[in-house]
Amino acid sequence: MWMRYALAALSVCFVAGSWFAYRGASTNAPASNQVRQGMRLWQGNNCTACHQLYGLGGYMGPDLTNVHSDKGEARIRTFVRYGTGRMPAHAMSDAELDALVAFLGWVDRSGRSRVPQEAVHWTGTYHFEQP
Amino acid sequence: MTRTTRWHIAAALALLLLALLFGALAAFAYLLPSFSDALPFQQLRPAHVSAALFWIITGATAGVLHYKDDTFGYRSHVPLHAGFLGLWLATIVAVFMAYGLGRFGGREYWEFPPLLALPMLLAWLLLMAHYLLAWVRRSPDPPLYVWMWTTGIVFFLITFIEQNLWQLPWFRETYMREITVQWKSNGAMVGAWNQMIYGSALYIMTRISGDEGIARGPKAFLFWFLGLSNLMFNWGHHIYNAPTASWIRHLAYGISMAEWILFINIIRGFKAKLDENRRHKHLTAYRFLIAAEVWVFLNLFLALLMSIPAINRYTHGTHITVAHAMGATIGINTMILVGSICWMLRYDERASDQRWMERARKFTMASLLVFWIALIVAGILKGWRITALGIEDFQQVMQPVTQVLFVFAVAGIGILVGLGYIGIRLLCLCLKSPLSTSSGAPTPVTQSFNQ
Ligand code: HEC
Ligand code: HEM
Repeated sequence: MWMRYALAALSVCFVAGSWFAYRGASTNAPASNQVRQGMRLWQGNNCTACHQLYGLGGYMGPDLTNVHSDKGEARIRTFVRYGTGRMPAHAMSDAELDALVAFLGWVDRSGRSRVPQEAVHWTGTYHFEQP
Repeated sequence: MTRTTRWHIAAALALLLLALLFGALAAFAYLLPSFSDALPFQQLRPAHVSAALFWIITGATAGVLHYKDDTFGYRSHVPLHAGFLGLWLATIVAVFMAYGLGRFGGREYWEFPPLLALPMLLAWLLLMAHYLLAWVRRSPDPPLYVWMWTTGIVFFLITFIEQNLWQLPWFRETYMREITVQWKSNGAMVGAWNQMIYGSALYIMTRISGDEGIARGPKAFLFWFLGLSNLMFNWGHHIYNAPTASWIRHLAYGISMAEWILFINIIRGFKAKLDENRRHKHLTAYRFLIAAEVWVFLNLFLALLMSIPAINRYTHGTHITVAHAMGATIGINTMILVGSICWMLRYDERASDQRWMERARKFTMASLLVFWIALIVAGILKGWRITALGIEDFQQVMQPVTQVLFVFAVAGIGILVGLGYIGIRLLCLCLKSPLSTSSGAPTPVTQSFNQ
């Protein structure tokens, strides 16, 4: 019987945890329509197969979380349109490129992918707050 | 065994073979740019990862649905099973066609167009109906593996739905919510299929040893609880570096560290395992289960280290993640599933090539070890060069890493050959008429089969 109670308690924690995890996510930079279009292009072209955001995705290419501020918009446009020996070129209109750039800018503003040394707490965990 | 179950097993094995083939091709597309002109990496990777995940889920459900008949003493509606299988496989075919046409949904691991999630969901509901019709007849105090199967099946449904919540605009309002919905559900889904797979491993162990006691008692249930809380709350380690709320990070860290208890228990149980090993090592299924045990040990150790944020800072976003993912999916999940399929097909009774099977198993294990270590070394190199040396240029970062990845790709061919042999051999056995035994094969143990 105790099994059932324990399972029920765990499930309640799970539901509450899910709620707080989603609710609590920072809403500093709500996605505009252009960002949403960029997100669809990011998914439709499967950029994730080769690139990571916050370290998640395929590993053939670099992490693009902060490419917008670190390397600049022009670089994004050039790489996407012309590709490289390893990255395929993507035929996109200017409006589509704008949307993709807006999406990467939006991701960029959510935080930094690389954690600074100072954020490491002695217990081994990180200490940083939402931007 | 019903005919549907046989087809179910055959489909799972075919997916294993596809995963191996696409994986080896993807590795070369990764390394040789000229190769990827013909077979683009952005199509091969999803094809590989989807085939691998479908192999695991199809193989896991084949086991659960077959063992439940024996456990509950009741065979539920075959048409529901057949309905699940038909719809499930048709959707999988559609997924591969979408990849072939370059149509993507672009979510990590489930990279197919989102509309295909609908028939998949429907298929899962049929599977649940089929399972639950038998489950309602369970004994009042079922063994642990029944709890594991049931939670696995239910949690797969929950995480599958959660994974698709991103289609509601609210979930994409902020990037943190978007990344949370993706990794919370993906992380928990791995836990869900592990419940099904470990449940079947436990079931087989009780049948081999004739000791139901290992699936009962407070200690077994305590570990199951730990696994379940891990499934529910440990996803935070995927996004340690993202600026989510702190409690998510601390909770995930706390839960992963509690897993050391599990780890120490494995070491303590090792000696007993060795004695048992001597008694059962003539059983092919048993050997595969023990092979998985070795990989549980290695992967848990790696995972526990990666779960310490201070270390994760270097390993995150490197090939160590790939080592973790493939180490677990090949070393643990695939080994248990192959063992389970040997058991279901009564391999030892019906086949006479045990010696070749054993060679293939050893060859796979050795190749996997090289494969896994190469990925870890590649990851350490990449992490060191980016995080410690602060090299910005990607090509420069990757120069020495790429050389190590050649070792990985060659070892991958080893896995293709070893596991490929095992997969083809079992597929042939599965397609042979169900009860025929090959000439002179020994019958090492009597197994309980309801047909
Ligand atoms: C087949 C794999 C692949 C796909 C698909 C791909 N890329 Fe790339 N990308 C790369 C590689 C590899 C590099 C690194 C440059 C090189 O080695 O050629 C790169 C570099 C980049 C860069 C420059 C990053 C920097 O730090 O200099 C940007 C920006 C970029 N990609 C954006 C995209 C976007 C946006 C998409 C989707 C539309 C995409 N990529 C799809 C492989 C890929
Ligand atoms: C049954 C066997 C296999 C299973 C279950 C499996 C599973 C997986 C999984 C889950 C991933 C995603 C990893 C991640 O990015 O987190 C992956 C990626 C990959 N696998 Fe496999 N794999 C198998 C065999 C192979 C083989 C034989 C090769 C050949 C070398 C291979 C090559 C790759 C490559 C190149 C990637 C992409 C890594 C990247 O994103 O850069 N796999 N596999």
